[in-house]
Amino acid sequence: MPVPHDASHTSAETLALLLRGVRKTFADVVAVERLDLEVARAECFGLLGPNGAGKTTTIEICEGLTAPDEGTVKLLGLNWHSHAAELRQRIGVQLQETQFPDKLSVEEVLRLFRSFFRRGITVDESIRTAQLEEKRAARVGTLSGGQKQRLAMACALVGAPELLFLDEPTTGLDPQARRHLWDLVDQLKQAGRTIILTTHYMEEAERLCDRVAIMDHGRVLALGTPQQLIASIGGEHIVEFAFTARVNESSAADIALFTAIPGVQSHRTVAGLHQLSVRELHTAVPCIFAELDRQGLHLSEFRTHSATLEDVFVGLTGRNLRDE
Amino acid sequence: MNKLQFSSLYQLSIMRFRLTLREPEAIFWVFIFPILLAVGLGIAFRNRPADVLQVAATTPQLTRALATDKGLDASTMDEPTGSRALANGSILLLAIQQPDGVAYQFDDTNPDARTAHLLADRALQTAAGRSNPLPATDRLVHQPGSRYIDFVVPGLLGMNLMGSAIWGIGFSIVEARQKKLLKRLVASPMRRWQFLAAYLISRLTMLVLEVVAFLGFARLIFAVPIHGSLWQLALLCILASLSFSALGLLVSSRARTMEAASGLMNLVMLPMWILSGVFFSASRFPAVIQPIVRALPLTAAIDALRGNMLQGIGLQHMLAPIAVLLAWLAVPFAVSVRIFRWR
Repeated sequence: MPVPHDASHTSAETLALLLRGVRKTFADVVAVERLDLEVARAECFGLLGPNGAGKTTTIEICEGLTAPDEGTVKLLGLNWHSHAAELRQRIGVQLQETQFPDKLSVEEVLRLFRSFFRRGITVDESIRTAQLEEKRAARVGTLSGGQKQRLAMACALVGAPELLFLDEPTTGLDPQARRHLWDLVDQLKQAGRTIILTTHYMEEAERLCDRVAIMDHGRVLALGTPQQLIASIGGEHIVEFAFTARVNESSAADIALFTAIPGVQSHRTVAGLHQLSVRELHTAVPCIFAELDRQGLHLSEFRTHSATLEDVFVGLTGRNLRDE
Repeated sequence: MNKLQFSSLYQLSIMRFRLTLREPEAIFWVFIFPILLAVGLGIAFRNRPADVLQVAATTPQLTRALATDKGLDASTMDEPTGSRALANGSILLLAIQQPDGVAYQFDDTNPDARTAHLLADRALQTAAGRSNPLPATDRLVHQPGSRYIDFVVPGLLGMNLMGSAIWGIGFSIVEARQKKLLKRLVASPMRRWQFLAAYLISRLTMLVLEVVAFLGFARLIFAVPIHGSLWQLALLCILASLSFSALGLLVSSRARTMEAASGLMNLVMLPMWILSGVFFSASRFPAVIQPIVRALPLTAAIDALRGNMLQGIGLQHMLAPIAVLLAWLAVPFAVSVRIFRWR
């Protein structure tokens, strides 16, 4: 799928979503600050960030549920001000914590939502897509978390939306239910649907999204494909280690000597752990060991992993995604 | 699949029915509870063939004289025993033989004791030879329409209309808001007026079942009369239910939690349970607060229902309560549509 790395040349009419200078404050808290985003059609776009980063405010501004204080919001070339009724027909929405009435069955809930849309798929199709065939007649109250989430997804799909918004679709699900939902999103992507989702799971953003915006404190810190973002931290691998200084020697470790090792791109300390981003493990690691030895440092922890969006976030903010 | 299945108003209304009928507690409060209450009150306040009052006297002669009145059940006991019996309520009055006549010992704040006093004095004075200067005869009336159960059934009906409208609408709206269902519905192309209209449709349908079940029961078991026209009674029930629904909508238009909503509902309904004359006439309250009592929607509803059922008054003669109900329909509805919190 062609991924528009720079969508600014594309006209607003062909974009699925366009945000320009969007700002929103609640009381004196700035939830979203000067946000510019563009999402092309058939793209799966992710807003990644920790809780409180402004993801939900952003997606609810896009969904027309929250009015921005400033800025332009356009969906499918239309705005909420003059085309709300049409936009409601053309988008599908899954909110973060909708609880459908426990005493209704899956099929009854879907019939209700289907009745709101002029066009769309049949209730049967939506049940099949969400793989809820066996639960068709079951009451909502008896569904598992993953099944409830798939029902919410089915409700977002009954209107055959051109643009689908998913707010933290897998939060609170067990790993199996999460993978199940990812498969569902994969199918929708293959069907060419435009999807905008928020998540605070970096592996979810990496697996599902064509492009990702990393958000923190209401701002977009970085924007690009997962590969671009990971490449931006300079190395494909992360070496993490911790050490204790040799007894009776007060001299601090000289970190500059580590960053001078060929192939080491950057260094940072997170929660007492030293992290080096490294281009090639097999050349850098022996040098790191040699340097530790030369400085007389006792290694207490050592591990490596391929760089992820988590490392990008840590690099940008100095915090972990899931630090609350 | 027929066309109705695609109508969102139909789907929203049918959802309300399903949610109501699948809630056993709701069925109990709406259908069973008022009937149980009517049965209980009917038994407690049933009209005994003759309301016999328990009295006692200190001498057998006095007792015999008292027993000549059919309204009194007299027995003989000495003074200390009689005082104890008075204190525990097993007798209402004790007639004590005095050297120069008789003394009555009773509690004059108890209406039954006052009646017993009048009857006992009449019986003893007659036995002592008093004759009535003015000949008088009694014509007794024992017909449905003037009993306590006849009085209380329209009151219970009004209370039930209020409870089912305010609870039924209030709780489910606040629950939908608390569970973010309202927000999800607003994020869909649902038309908002249809969401509220579905409540009215289901409320009015349930109303038919409730009223027919309750009045049918009162009519069959207690022979409670309906002197007024049935279609006017139906109109009154609909109007009252719509007014209470508007009040329920207002109560639930901002509340975010069930606890807040429940407090608000009690705050709204409690004064009416007390002041609106469900169990006794609202005119017993002091004149100072009568304007407030009359302005309450439940007072207006109960007045109108009693007027229709017990006195057979036509709608054209109950414009005051109808105006009160219309005002309670229009103002809360207009306000709640303005301030309603959809998310």
